[in-house]
Amino acid sequence: MSQRLVIDPVTRIEGHARITIQLGDDGEVADARFHVTEFRGFERFCEGRSFRELPAITSRICGICPVSHELASARACDALLAVDVPDAAKALRKLVNLAQLVQSHALSFFHLSSPDWILGYDSDPARRNVLGLAEARPELARQGIRLRQWGQQVIEAVAGRRVHPGWAVPGGVARPLSAAARERILAGLPEALATARQTLGWFAGTAADHQEEARVFGNFPSLFMAMVGPEGELEHTDGKLRFVDERGAVLADQVEPRDHRAWIGEAVEPWSYLKFPYYLKHGYPGGLYRVGPLARLNCCARAGTPLADEALAGFRQLGRGAVLSSFHAHHARLVEILYAVERIEQLLADPGILSDEVCAVALRSRRRAVGACEAPRGTLFHDYEVDRDGLVERVDLLIATGQNNLAMNRTVAQIARHYLSGQRLEEGLLNRVEAGIRAFDPCLSCSTHAAGKMAMVVELLGGQGELLDAATR
Amino acid sequence: MTVRTLTLDGEPVSAREDETILDLCREHGVPLPTLCHLEGLSAVGACRLCLVEVKGSPRLQPACTLRAEEGMEITTSSDRLRRYRRQLVELLLAERSHVCAVCVANGRCELQEVAAAVGVDHVRYPYRHPVTALDASHPRFVLDQGRCILCTRCVRVCDEIEGAHTWDVAGRGAGARVVSDLASPWGRSDSCTACGKCVQVCPTGALFEQLQPAGGGVKRREFLTFRTRAREQGPWGR
Repeated sequence: MSQRLVIDPVTRIEGHARITIQLGDDGEVADARFHVTEFRGFERFCEGRSFRELPAITSRICGICPVSHELASARACDALLAVDVPDAAKALRKLVNLAQLVQSHALSFFHLSSPDWILGYDSDPARRNVLGLAEARPELARQGIRLRQWGQQVIEAVAGRRVHPGWAVPGGVARPLSAAARERILAGLPEALATARQTLGWFAGTAADHQEEARVFGNFPSLFMAMVGPEGELEHTDGKLRFVDERGAVLADQVEPRDHRAWIGEAVEPWSYLKFPYYLKHGYPGGLYRVGPLARLNCCARAGTPLADEALAGFRQLGRGAVLSSFHAHHARLVEILYAVERIEQLLADPGILSDEVCAVALRSRRRAVGACEAPRGTLFHDYEVDRDGLVERVDLLIATGQNNLAMNRTVAQIARHYLSGQRLEEGLLNRVEAGIRAFDPCLSCSTHAAGKMAMVVELLGGQGELLDAATR
Repeated sequence: MTVRTLTLDGEPVSAREDETILDLCREHGVPLPTLCHLEGLSAVGACRLCLVEVKGSPRLQPACTLRAEEGMEITTSSDRLRRYRRQLVELLLAERSHVCAVCVANGRCELQEVAAAVGVDHVRYPYRHPVTALDASHPRFVLDQGRCILCTRCVRVCDEIEGAHTWDVAGRGAGARVVSDLASPWGRSDSCTACGKCVQVCPTGALFEQLQPAGGGVKRREFLTFRTRAREQGPWGR
């Protein structure tokens, strides 16, 4: 008789989820599904609005990465105007996107995930959080909080507000950068850089302690997709797409984001509001690909800044070809933080960034456009169609967590196979399933554009669909 | 010119014969919320926020259209008036779709300011959220009926200052809408001179410039001051 395990809700992720573990007749794990059970319908209520309002409206999808939505949206609007955005605006958008990467990665690494390693997966769940971390390792907690704060302060200094700045507009940005704001950012930069280096050094040194997680947490061959610069360097805002396979070989390169539909298919399953994107040429579900920090480091030829290039070389030692375990996404986040801090310094060193020419003014010139950028969790696409007056007829959003959907299911199944014994949901299994999901840093409010609180429900189901056990956090 | 003496909230005040109670309140620093009123345009008493109590009269009267009379005793603030004002603003907020977060006028909106001033911390009426289409047919401006409070400032400025009379109000009650020409798309209006005065006087984000991002709408109303001064001092008053 086959059975099913359900974990519902999943904690310390952005959103609300339910996990079902399906057992086969032999009592072994047959399948696992990560359900996203909420629906917000953002795409519908953008319809009928002016496209010029979309950066402000779509940024409300998420309070963690509003900047990513705002930028992807503004880039789609640039394309509707058919303008070339002024260089200073391009640089400022890059800068804000990197600052957002720092704050979001710091949140994921320090606040949400590090309690699992510092306090242990089997420690008391009531203490296994950022407050417990502050007791056990006050310096690490302080550094993490300060690093995230700096990222937020950079966003505020450039865009005026930390959350939903309403600053990226069609054709550029609303305000130039002031010299005083540049100085404020630079003042906090050395500490951020030191934290990034120190944390990376510490975490890389603990690799031996994490061998089991690296083997079990989403460790399987798959494709990877990420944005890269013209020479294959790391690029989060202004690049084109590259697909690589599990050996690290490039399958497609310099794909225009506006052509993404020619490369990515989307399957729908009745049990989740998330769609299931796949690399079209390899079919569903064989075309499984991952996005996010792990994919970006697997796709890029080099980082493009000195310290991050060194760190990238160290990261590449974790695998042969591409690094396959999603557990290493944590490591990848730290490399990206280091890159972002270095790159922010480079961008600010160019005097052109203070230029007051930051917006191209134009009327709508196209009816359809796609904008993309690398959000902290992976590649984000905004695809718009508008009428003659610029009123929105169709909005289609392809979100990072949605693209990692298949990989997350496979990760849960892999962890359940390794840790499940019998027909009961033991604490140790639940903790590791959660931690496995958390390695993807999923943002469910974005991926379904759904409302919800952080929560996890896990159910264990038998072969006839009967509930054997359930656990709620 | 005759001078009239009356009391305003118990204080004796004097007024010229052409002065309204609202003029007197402004002159003496008595706070009175308004939305349809705008210095330089005619008064219509549409928003009813400046209602005051006149001793001896059972009806409340709008201060913006009420002339000062000899011996009047005016009360501008009482429990009843405060309750009514708050209700009025709540009804305005419930009537259409006011979503401040993504509105061009956010932070500079007179409806927001008045709501804060009269103490609206929530709306007790169900939101109607009528289906309203955006008119973005004009190359420079957009009309969002969802944010319109029917103050008719746009109608008056277009008629009284620009002289084009592009705007008018069509329909009745909750179905009333400002319309350009005879309810044709704004971009196809023959009378509109694209001067943008309607956009500058709009108290909310109902009329805005295409290029303004959310929260970026800055109103330029200097032309009203020039016009008022010229009318008072110069030969081209009408």
